[in-house]
Amino acid sequence: MTELFIIWSILLSQIILGLAMGCALFRMVKGPRAQDRILGLDALYINGMLLLLTFGIRTANTIYFESALIIALLGFVSSIAFSKFLMRGEVIE
Amino acid sequence: MSHLTDLPLWAAIPVCILLLTGSIITLIGSIGLLRLKSFYSRLHAPTLGASAGVILICLASMLCFAVLQNRWIFHEVLIIVFIILTTPVTLMLLGQSALYRDRIEGKDGVPRKTKPEPSATDTEIV
Repeated sequence: MTELFIIWSILLSQIILGLAMGCALFRMVKGPRAQDRILGLDALYINGMLLLLTFGIRTANTIYFESALIIALLGFVSSIAFSKFLMRGEVIE
Repeated sequence: MSHLTDLPLWAAIPVCILLLTGSIITLIGSIGLLRLKSFYSRLHAPTLGASAGVILICLASMLCFAVLQNRWIFHEVLIIVFIILTTPVTLMLLGQSALYRDRIEGKDGVPRKTKPEPSATDTEIV
């Protein structure tokens, strides 16, 4: 009973996070300007990180947690680099 | 699903509630990203998922593993602290660069750059 309950709620939250990733992906593909695309990418990697955390709860595997941490780190660096590129036209001055 | 059967009911219910609440809040933030009209209002929407969604889902993961392994677990606090620290930095920089681009193109509805007032010391020198 408990097992069924938690498996279904994990599945439901994964579907909801997948929908959220779809919204962010749509904004990234459609976005009228470059800053909209970067904002969509930022939201997309945060949603993907949350999806990996739910996979970690489902399988009790710590490798998902580590990959979520790496996605958070690299996503921050890439968003900062994109913003600097928009502002200056080059990443490293 | 062997490990999830070991989870008692008093821990399973908070884990489910935290997971569902966090994912629904993240979905609301992403729908806001899709539906809001201008870029500067769209900039606020995904922070819903980056603050509340991350905190709630990390709390669910912490609670689940702490009950299963019967010890305190603080790994997920690392993700929470990191995301909470970095999201405002990223979005402020992004908003600043968008403002810079809009000013260069001379769009309407964007505040002009304020010129510094001539101070008293300048007039004395002149």
